[in-house]
Amino acid sequence: MKTGTFIGQPMRRKEDRRLLSGKGRYVADIQLPRMVHVAFARSSLAHARIRGIDVAHARALPGVVAVYTAKDLAVHLGPIYGLLTTPPAPWRKLVEHDISIPDQPLIADEKVRYVGEPYAVVVAESRYIAEDALELIEPDLEPLSVVSDPIEAMQAGSAKVHESATNNVVARFRFRKGDGRPSSLRRIRRRFHNHRILAMPIECRGVVAEYDSRGDAITLWSATQIVHWVRGEVARQLHLPESRVRCIAPDVGGGFGVKGHVYCEEIIVSFLARQLARPAAWIEDRHEHLLNSTHSRDDIHDAEIVFDDQGAIHALKDDLIFDSGAYTPSGIASLANIAAHICGPYRIPNFEFGATAVVTNKTPNAPYRGTGRPEGSFVIERLIDLMARDLAIDPVEVRQRNMIQASEMPYKSGIPYRDGVPIIYDGGDYPKSLNLALQALGGVNEFRKWQKQAWSEGRYIGLGVACYVEGTGVGPFESATVRINPGGDLVVATGACSSGQGHETVFAQVTADEWGLKPDDITVQLSDTGLLAAGFGSVASRSAVTSSAAIRKASAVLRAKVLAIGAHLLECDVVDVELREGTVTLKGVPKGISLREIARAAYPGWVSDRPQGMPGGLEATEYFEPKTVTWAYGTHAGIVEVLADTGDVRIHKYVVAHDAGVLINPMIANGQIMGGVCQGIGGCLLEKVIYDAQGQNLTGSLMDYLIPVAAQMPPIEILHTETPSPQNELGIKGLGEGGVVGPPGVILNGVCDALRPLGFEINQSSFSQADVVAALTKAPA
Amino acid sequence: MSGEHKIELTVNGRKIGAAVSPRLLLSDFLRDTLGLTGTHIGCEHGICGACTILFDGQAARSCLLFAVQTDGHEIWTIEGLSETGAIADLQEAFGKHHALQCGYCTPGMLIAAHDFLNTHSSPSSEAIKDGMSAVLCRCTGYWNILAAVSEVASSEHRRMKAAEASSTSRIAPS
Amino acid sequence: MKPAPFEYFSPKTTKAALELLAAHRSDARILAGGQSLVPLLNFRIARFKYLIDINGIPELAYIKLESDILRIGALTRYRAIETSPTVADAAPLLFEATKWVGHLPIRTRGTIGGSLAHADPAAEYAAVMLALDGRVVLQSEKGARTLDAGDFIQGMFSTALAADEMLVEVRIPRARNNQVFGFEEFARRPGDLAVMGIAVRLDFDGDRVETARIVSLGGQDGACRIPEAEAEIQSRPLSAERIENASRAASDIDTHADIHATGALRQHLCGTLVRRVLGRAKEAQPSPRA
Repeated sequence: MKTGTFIGQPMRRKEDRRLLSGKGRYVADIQLPRMVHVAFARSSLAHARIRGIDVAHARALPGVVAVYTAKDLAVHLGPIYGLLTTPPAPWRKLVEHDISIPDQPLIADEKVRYVGEPYAVVVAESRYIAEDALELIEPDLEPLSVVSDPIEAMQAGSAKVHESATNNVVARFRFRKGDGRPSSLRRIRRRFHNHRILAMPIECRGVVAEYDSRGDAITLWSATQIVHWVRGEVARQLHLPESRVRCIAPDVGGGFGVKGHVYCEEIIVSFLARQLARPAAWIEDRHEHLLNSTHSRDDIHDAEIVFDDQGAIHALKDDLIFDSGAYTPSGIASLANIAAHICGPYRIPNFEFGATAVVTNKTPNAPYRGTGRPEGSFVIERLIDLMARDLAIDPVEVRQRNMIQASEMPYKSGIPYRDGVPIIYDGGDYPKSLNLALQALGGVNEFRKWQKQAWSEGRYIGLGVACYVEGTGVGPFESATVRINPGGDLVVATGACSSGQGHETVFAQVTADEWGLKPDDITVQLSDTGLLAAGFGSVASRSAVTSSAAIRKASAVLRAKVLAIGAHLLECDVVDVELREGTVTLKGVPKGISLREIARAAYPGWVSDRPQGMPGGLEATEYFEPKTVTWAYGTHAGIVEVLADTGDVRIHKYVVAHDAGVLINPMIANGQIMGGVCQGIGGCLLEKVIYDAQGQNLTGSLMDYLIPVAAQMPPIEILHTETPSPQNELGIKGLGEGGVVGPPGVILNGVCDALRPLGFEINQSSFSQADVVAALTKAPA
Repeated sequence: MSGEHKIELTVNGRKIGAAVSPRLLLSDFLRDTLGLTGTHIGCEHGICGACTILFDGQAARSCLLFAVQTDGHEIWTIEGLSETGAIADLQEAFGKHHALQCGYCTPGMLIAAHDFLNTHSSPSSEAIKDGMSAVLCRCTGYWNILAAVSEVASSEHRRMKAAEASSTSRIAPS
Repeated sequence: MKPAPFEYFSPKTTKAALELLAAHRSDARILAGGQSLVPLLNFRIARFKYLIDINGIPELAYIKLESDILRIGALTRYRAIETSPTVADAAPLLFEATKWVGHLPIRTRGTIGGSLAHADPAAEYAAVMLALDGRVVLQSEKGARTLDAGDFIQGMFSTALAADEMLVEVRIPRARNNQVFGFEEFARRPGDLAVMGIAVRLDFDGDRVETARIVSLGGQDGACRIPEAEAEIQSRPLSAERIENASRAASDIDTHADIHATGALRQHLCGTLVRRVLGRAKEAQPSPRA
């Protein structure tokens, strides 16, 4: 286990100084001379053919610079590809699949396919004028039959969202392990629904682009989690070499996945900056964001669990239908994740999984924190509680009987991960995690006593548990460049893109330990393609793992060079020197050579004083290419009360027992978990994207789409265990998403447990107070 | 009267004169005209609170005010309050308790907390939860924010300040 | 989400404001607190050629107690009301209900006149006015008229205001010692618009409820009295059984469904809130005279 001076410290964050005084710089804060403002005309119909678009009046409005339709843009630009629509080759070899994702046009050309889809671009001197111009655009739309339900969408005779998608199906895959399900056992079959929600960062999206005519180059700032992907796509679309496109993510106000793929605005705004020879800005407003930035979850599972009289699980079968919305920018990412995670920390010898992605006339569906893990966890955790009811034993007992034991690690689950590598749970103690969580709640026996007493008093309290595993630190790679400048200061650049996770601090801590320096001595550079040749970005709980490992690799290479130069200057053998507190010294001798002196010696040219044959300069770039993910895990447990007179839910206490390996900064780790839990609670109790049968989005404002407020957070206790990852030298596992995986199981299982005397069951992830009231009022007095 | 309106107001202690279109929102005036980008825009319909500033000493949503309405009034933004040290205690507590992650809601959260503490002496933890529900945060899960505000609420300095507030600006405990 | 263009006036006297209203009528809209109006403008759900900003008219903001009538100027902010010892004493129901309105920064700007004129069906103050038999003063260039709240509020976003009229004052009878009040609402989050709410006023004669006002808010027509519930407790002592009957009657109100609650849930909440509020009122009722 790597124990350093700074790794493991709950240090305060470097970012805070500027963020606390309003000196952060978000994309909307960027003001450039002669900047123009962009707005998009967005469809108010869910499905319609575009017969024509009259932009004459809009173009004529004073202050309008230009108006473009798809035909105008098509001269220069083509459809965008979500970079994840093709799963990796190893996965494709192992999983039977049929994937044919339709292209997504930059803006709608022949048809509009969802409310909010852009079909024209207005450029004006101000956003105010641009919005005035939007009202002058007259689209001639021929309404088409709306496809609003994914199951109906697959029926013969349903309208087609895309001509190329037969029965509106754009992807299918199946996977099976084990040899079948003996028929003499018990089985429970249910339909589960993970309802549609969205990421809702407080900062919407935004793009500012500037064209440099002198260098024929573009710089764009985008509120994104993936600067290198965006740069690549913009370069491709604008026929520029990547070296002449620079993408920077400034301070980003929350991402949670919705800023984790390429969007058309990044391409269009960059194009406009070059076309109009003026900097261009598009700052998304909240209404646009709720309608047009991608939504998430939204799947229907027909799942069956097969088990014996002792409560041992023999088989799990899940067939799911995924409501992809009108396009599928991330392909089957969340579906492959469900397949990989739904078995959880349990021993399930037979597993059969099928997924069908269906297009409908709704906003496109793409990853949001958790990305398949919460969906899968909800299904298995509900099934386990139903098993327990069937067997008349405690749901905790069922979990304990089926959990993979620490002695079974590393455990091969026989299921391929999204990267195509067969899953091996690489360490941990799942039963211990479960026990820790339950102890923190006061123990199951104590709870059951309290529950019985409460029922006799007409109160309904319940225990909800959700245990999960989480694949983190996915590849293909991350990179880091470590450099010591001529003045001796150390700078590290890596491909992570921060949207609140404290990366500047966390990576300073990692680097500080590599060099014996203090975090304040280290400059961390993120989110800028101009400072790092290749990078992947921050999605899927990967940056703590992959950037730290890349930093360690690059530091090791550079450190070897530094020591060699130090030994040369000290005229001794390299085995006799060490790096201590940023100084190269002879072992045992206090005084040594500073990094500044080393840098001077390394500098090429006349003043250089380095070993014969050694290249000049002090810089190393290394890539961490993990073979596959490393497995964090946890247990969430909570005591919930259903209020007998209103049907509302109160969470009395919520506990998370979590293992993400070595924690770099426990304070930041807890912040990530609490934030995730809050989102998960919101997702169950408050948040819901609602469409009517005409595909109209009924949740287009923050009065309709509700996220939790401060008064609604239950007391949360977080307990950590640290089972180091064997897959990277620092022992780190990712933890950005764990917090959001547990709440659906905890809350809905808790509600069902509380209402056990009424036989109440809920198998959708959206709590329905109305259904609970109906059950309570039916109950005998 | 259409077209531009002349306004004179005080922003962060300095007198400002400007000519504004009536529909220019105060949030946009502060950010785009005055370059005070510390006030953030999250919804433009008064729900998220990221745009909260002080209007004549009281917290208000700048996205629900027009710049033209500020003629003769006094505005304080996060930049000004940072400069004067008026919220130094809250800033320190937020940093200590990790009460911010992405920082986008933070200016609004700090100003809402500042106004709350100025009007509630010795607030209960329930009152603080209620008061801090005025601003949405998506990153932190709120507990660290509540811990930071509680710590400042119980400080001698803030208690005295709220106690000194006149009876017509102090809010009675529920 | 930027508003459509408008012309802006900021009159300094009520007279000047009324002249503007008379000239522009329904092309114009009064801008008071703006906490309800400006979101509509920003969404471009509503637009007006003229905005008449009355925030610069100090004579419209006051809280006065005169001859047992509490007179509150239309421009008085929620925040002034919630910190007013006069209101706490003379209209405890108004004082209590104010805590439920949004959040403190909303209450900094929002006004009592704006709330009543906007007539959002979930607004607290309309229910309070009905419960207290409050009255409103409407003024135009032609003169002034005073209406009972029940005649002023006509439904969802609908009042008796004529196109050239402005609400200038609210009048509430001073609370008396034999009165008990109660208010509670259910919202999905603290500070949200109420899904269902109840405002109650009980006038006791000894231990008998002489007059009952039970007013719901949050239904599609906004604040309305529930006469069936009132009848259950009127003219008799307030007993647990009576409260239960009133609750049952209240859970029968005609109400609507929206994305936040079904009709059945609203009905159930109405009954529950009536039970809770009347239950507390029973505890608080004045002791009968010897």
